Amino acid sequence: MTVQAVAAQVRIPGLPRLRWLWTAAGVVALLAAALLGVLVGPAHISPAAVLQALTGSSIDPGQATILWQLRLPRVVLGALVGGMLATAGAAYQGVFRNPLADPYLLGAAAGANLGATLAIAYGPGASGIGVNIVPIAAFAGAASAVGAAYVLGRTVTGLRSTTALILAGVAVATFFNAVQTFVQQSQTDTIRQVYTWILGRLVTAGWDGVFLVLPYIAISLVVIVLHRRLLDVLSVGDDEATSLGISARRIRLVVVIAATLGTAAAVAIAGTIAFVGIIVPHTVRLLTGRSYRVVIPLSIFFGGAFLVLADTAARTVVAPAELSIGVLTAFIGAPFFIAVMRSTRAAEL
Amino acid sequence: MSAISLRNLSIAYGRLNAVKQIDLDVAAGEWLTLVGPNGAGKSSVLRAIARLTQFTGDITIGGDHVGALRGVELARRVAMVPQAPHMPVGMAVSHYVMLGRGPHLGYLGREGRRDMTVVAAILDRLALQAFAGRTLDQLSGGERQRAAIGRALAQEAPVLLVDEPTSSLDVARQQDVLELIDEIRQARGLTVVAAMHDLTLAGQYADRLALLVEGEVVMVGPPRDVLTEATISAQYGAQVRVIEHDGDSRAVVPIRRRSRA
Repeated sequence: MTVQAVAAQVRIPGLPRLRWLWTAAGVVALLAAALLGVLVGPAHISPAAVLQALTGSSIDPGQATILWQLRLPRVVLGALVGGMLATAGAAYQGVFRNPLADPYLLGAAAGANLGATLAIAYGPGASGIGVNIVPIAAFAGAASAVGAAYVLGRTVTGLRSTTALILAGVAVATFFNAVQTFVQQSQTDTIRQVYTWILGRLVTAGWDGVFLVLPYIAISLVVIVLHRRLLDVLSVGDDEATSLGISARRIRLVVVIAATLGTAAAVAIAGTIAFVGIIVPHTVRLLTGRSYRVVIPLSIFFGGAFLVLADTAARTVVAPAELSIGVLTAFIGAPFFIAVMRSTRAAEL
Repeated sequence: MSAISLRNLSIAYGRLNAVKQIDLDVAAGEWLTLVGPNGAGKSSVLRAIARLTQFTGDITIGGDHVGALRGVELARRVAMVPQAPHMPVGMAVSHYVMLGRGPHLGYLGREGRRDMTVVAAILDRLALQAFAGRTLDQLSGGERQRAAIGRALAQEAPVLLVDEPTSSLDVARQQDVLELIDEIRQARGLTVVAAMHDLTLAGQYADRLALLVEGEVVMVGPPRDVLTEATISAQYGAQVRVIEHDGDSRAVVPIRRRSRA
C-alpha cells in the first residue's frame, strides 16, 4: 500500500481525543453551576433580572450591587479556584504517576497554613497597614514549602526520584504543621480565625480576590495544558520516557512549578480546600478515559463547576450561617477517596 | 563506519563494577547479541548505549558521542525495547505506539498526518490493527511484546536495542518475535543489539555473539565460534551439548549431571 493510500484511510482507534461533546458538557456544567450560584442566596434575584444585568440593562440598584459585588465575584472566584485545584491535582497525579496525589502532596497546604497562621497571629492586621497580608503570607508559605521539598528530594540518592520527592514532601509538611500547631497553641486568641482560614472559604470583597489570583492561575493553567501530551509520555516511567527523548525530571520540575504557582494563589485567597484535586480528575477519568489530553482540559471546567456548586451548598444548608467549604468538599471527598483506593490496583500506585 | 562503537566502556553501581573497560563495534545493519551468565553486564551495556545509566569511556553512534546528543536526537537514533516495558493501565495500543513518535515532535508539539501514517503502518505490519483500540492490559504476553516493539519502531531510529525480548513468552511466541525483529531489520536496514539468555535462539538470529562474563567481553564472533561445549562449560559452568543441524544452526541443550564425584 502506498503512503498516500495509508494516509487517506488513517483512522486509528484508541488515540486520545477530547470529544467536543465532553467539552460542551464541561462548559454547560460550569455555566449551570454559575447560574445557580448567582441565583441562590438570602436576597431573591430572579433569573430574568440576572439576564437583564448581564446583557447590560439596568436593574434594581440593590440587586445590582448584590449581583456584581457579592455573588458574581464569588462564583468566578470559585470557578477559578476549583478549576485550578482540580487541574493541579491531575497534573500532580501525572508527574508522580500516583492516583492519590493531590496539589498539596509536596506541602503546599501545610506551607500556606503556616504562612496564614503566622500572619494572623503576629501580623499587623488589615486595618493597621491597609493591606491584608494573610494571602501574601499564605502564598509565600505554600511556595517555600514546595520549594524546600523539591530541593530536599533532589538531594536524596538511591531512591526513585518520585519517591524521594514524595517523602520529602511528607517531611516538610509534617514539620510545617508542627510549627503551625505550636504557633496556634501559643496564640489562643486567634485560634478561631486561623481555623476558619484553614477550612477554606470563598469570601471576596468585590473583585479584588479574583484579580489577585487570576494572573497566577491563568499562567499555571496554560503551562499545564501545554504539557498534557508529555504527561501521557511520563506514564511509562522515567527511564522509558528518557529513551523516548524527554527528560522526566525537567517536565516534572516545570509542571510542579506551574501547578504550585496556581495552587499557592488559590489557597492564598480561598484557604486549603481539600479533595477537589482528587475527586474531580478521577471522576473525569472514570467518565472519559485516562489520557491527560482529555483529563486536564476537562478538569478545568468540571473543577470549576464542582467548587461553585459546593460553595453554593456551603452557604445554603445552614443559612443564615455558612459552612466552611473545606468541610463540605472533605465530607464528599473522603468517601470518594476510599472508593478510588479500593478500585485502584496496587500496581498502579 | 560502524554504527555503534564502544571504547573502554565501564559501568559501576556504587562499588560494584558491572562492566569493565570493554570495546565493541557493531556494523550498520548487523545483529549483535550479548550473551553471558546472570549479572554479566548485558543489560547495563544496552542501558549505557541508550544513556539510561552513567558510564565512563566512549560510546559513539554513527560517529557521534552519545553524551553530546540531545535527548530527542538520541531517541531518533536509538530505540529501546526494555526487558519489562511499563504498560500504563488503561492506555490503548495505538496511543502506546504513538508515544514512539515523541522524538519527532516539538517539545509541546502535536502529532500530524505523517505520525498517523507511520503508526498505522506499524500497527499493520505487527498485525496489531485489530487491537489498536484495546487497552494494553487486555493483551496477551506476545501481543504486549509486539506493542512494545511497535513503540520502538515508531521512533524510526536506525538502531534498535532489545533487552531479553523473549523472556516471558512461550516457544512459538519467542520465534514469532525474533522473526519479526529480523524481518524488519532486513527491510529497514536496522542495526540490532540484543541481550538474551537463550543461547540457542541467540545463535539462530544474531550475526555475531558477544560473550560477557563478569563485565568483560570474553569472546566475540559468529555463533558457531562462540557456542561450543568447551566455551559454555568454561564460562557458564554448565554442562551442555551443542547440536548442529542444517549446517550453521546450533542448538544448545542442557545435560543433567548424573554422577557426582
